[in-house]
Amino acid sequence: MIRLEARSSTPAWFNLALPLAAILATLILCSGLIAIAGASIFESYGIMLQAAFGDLQALREGDFYAITETLVRAAPMIFTGLAVAVAFRAKFWNIGAEGQLLAGAIAGGVVGTIPMPGALAMLAMAAAGGIAGGAVALVPAWLRVRLKVDDVVSSLLLNSVVYYGLMALIEGPWKDPLSGYPISPPIQDSANFPVFLEGTRLHLGVIVALLAAPIVWFVIARTVLGFSIRVTGENPEAARYAGIRVERVLLSTALLSGALAGLAGVGEVGGVHYQVMSEISPGFGYSGIVIAMLARLNPLGVVPAAIFLSAVMTGSAAMSRATGVPTFLGDVIQGTALLMMLVALLFTGYRLRFSGAGR
Amino acid sequence: MPRLSVLDNLLVGMPGKGGRLDAAGGRQRLAEIGRSFGLKLDPNRLVSSLAVGEQQRLEIIKALFRGARLLILDEPTAVLAPQDVEGLFAALRAIAGKGLGIIFISHKLNEVRALTSRCVVLRHGRLAGDIADPAATAAREMARLMCGQEIVTPSRPKVTAGRVVLELDGVATNGHPGMALKDVNLAVRESEIVGVAGVSGNGQRALADVIAGMLVPTRGKLRIGGEEVRDRSPRGVQAKGLGRIPEDRLASGLVGALPLADSMALPRIGQAPFSRNGLLQPAAIADFATAQIKEFDIRCQGPQARTGTLSGGNLQKALLARELAFHPRVLIAAQPTRGLDIGATRFVHEKFLGLRSAGCGLLVISEDLEELLTLSDRIAVMYEGAIAGIVDAADATVARLGLLMSGARERAA
Repeated sequence: MIRLEARSSTPAWFNLALPLAAILATLILCSGLIAIAGASIFESYGIMLQAAFGDLQALREGDFYAITETLVRAAPMIFTGLAVAVAFRAKFWNIGAEGQLLAGAIAGGVVGTIPMPGALAMLAMAAAGGIAGGAVALVPAWLRVRLKVDDVVSSLLLNSVVYYGLMALIEGPWKDPLSGYPISPPIQDSANFPVFLEGTRLHLGVIVALLAAPIVWFVIARTVLGFSIRVTGENPEAARYAGIRVERVLLSTALLSGALAGLAGVGEVGGVHYQVMSEISPGFGYSGIVIAMLARLNPLGVVPAAIFLSAVMTGSAAMSRATGVPTFLGDVIQGTALLMMLVALLFTGYRLRFSGAGR
Repeated sequence: MPRLSVLDNLLVGMPGKGGRLDAAGGRQRLAEIGRSFGLKLDPNRLVSSLAVGEQQRLEIIKALFRGARLLILDEPTAVLAPQDVEGLFAALRAIAGKGLGIIFISHKLNEVRALTSRCVVLRHGRLAGDIADPAATAAREMARLMCGQEIVTPSRPKVTAGRVVLELDGVATNGHPGMALKDVNLAVRESEIVGVAGVSGNGQRALADVIAGMLVPTRGKLRIGGEEVRDRSPRGVQAKGLGRIPEDRLASGLVGALPLADSMALPRIGQAPFSRNGLLQPAAIADFATAQIKEFDIRCQGPQARTGTLSGGNLQKALLARELAFHPRVLIAAQPTRGLDIGATRFVHEKFLGLRSAGCGLLVISEDLEELLTLSDRIAVMYEGAIAGIVDAADATVARLGLLMSGARERAA
């Protein structure tokens, strides 16, 4: 007999062990799919690992291109992961990071086309993108605070609203006049984010993303706003009783969360694509939810979690080319990792008791 | 199930006759129970129309209806006025007389002594004593078993009440779970403890919420320290010097998942020394908690212990420490000793009396009449959302309060 038994406290090492256990379980489960696809399990995972972080020979020769590509891909997911982590801390269920990212990309793309000196242009893009993302996130938060509308549903549905808004823009008034394709006109050259390593795409946005994690951690752990966010999430009734303006905290959380997701969009426009197109995000916003959960809503944990998912994404493409396993395995790994993490979280509150039939 | 009749509530889940409810048989059983135990209820009334005491009677009838041989009652008298307690006891004696067993759980020693034929005392989840003849055992002896030490009732030093520090003037509310307030007038003076008695659910919740800033009244004024409170939010009343001990310690007072230190700094987290320029000062927060843990003898694993791991008595001490550290002009406490053992209860009472001596005004809402009679200078009785009467504690008796609690109006003394 296996029983679940309530646990009074959670050991500290669980914070690290749970995500690792969840990832291990995911890889074991997904190896079944690789076997069904008719490829060697170890070879497939090996190819994924090499594609994500580079093979040994390249690393020895100082060729870090694969790693930088993984980081470039991780950057928007660090931002969306932080966005979701901040929101979920306050129990503001923001499933709308995808739409907020797109709003940030649109705003960044518009501002980026205005001729300005480089540094100013980049700052303006970031500000515009952050505000746009925050404004989109404010909608479900306001609906919840004022009209008690379920934030999961409203934030999720807003994703489609923003996506089709973007489509309407780039198919219509914002279509690039030169190419005629449904993409926005390119941003000014001066607004292109600088690249730090010759021969790679390691751009300014990646560095900002890596810096954002400790900053967000500081805000959550060490400021009055962060304290209010945590208390509001843990016990809104006690927060209100103590004089915290819960509604205001939820709106601030939404602004902060949306702004972070908006920055993800700005980074993709300024550092990778230099223009806006409909497929600018392959679901970075949704990956943010997986990342935030893997990180147990800890902003510092978001970085490794985002790098893991990024590695899975780049790795699964390479694996598909080499072994013929469909790339969808990457999505399956992502989804399974979320499920495994949710199962693993059960163990923070409960422990398993094995008892023999005799007892 | 409030929207069903008494009879339907009894028949739920019972085997019927050929797929239909056996209504006639049910009526007959109900009448039998009414005759043999003195527990009568009209089978056709809707449960929603029953008073709390009648609903409790229905629960007991239901158990008997289903042929229970053993009844377990957990604090059954909390929702009853004193004279209804006698009725309940008469019924329970009749049930026991028919050969059924009853386990009666209560923290009120006089009830245990009046009703039971054997009594066990539990302390910290362990059996602390087994008393063969409770009626012949002194309450003092039981109390000693309950807390493992001799209990002395706190002394009430003579002090003269000063100016009015808390005043409610024609306060009314609506839209509150439970009873709304109807035109409540109440004043608490410096160095005075005003008790609020009443059968559970007669507006005590709304009264506490209005004063604590959790519920904005539809009419009336609230004055603290002689000034009208305009910002009627929790923040606004705190700024006027109101200390608050909420009824539900972990739901509205402290945050179970946070470290104790954070829970204790919570209401003043936005102010120095706990934060400066929006940045938390963890050292100041921990120092504050450490000092209070020492002063109030809060048993815990230190200021970083998770709040939820503390016992009820220690949670209440933490709440008291948090409020008293900032020298409130007036303190409102709702059910301050509910669920506490005798030692912790005495600690709370001593603190209250100490505050009174120091010039603080206190409003203590409690369902425990003994507690109110021990502490209060005056006792206000609530009935159906209004103050049914205010009596000086010197003239108050359980019988007189009980009369007011059941709705007999009396002019304020």
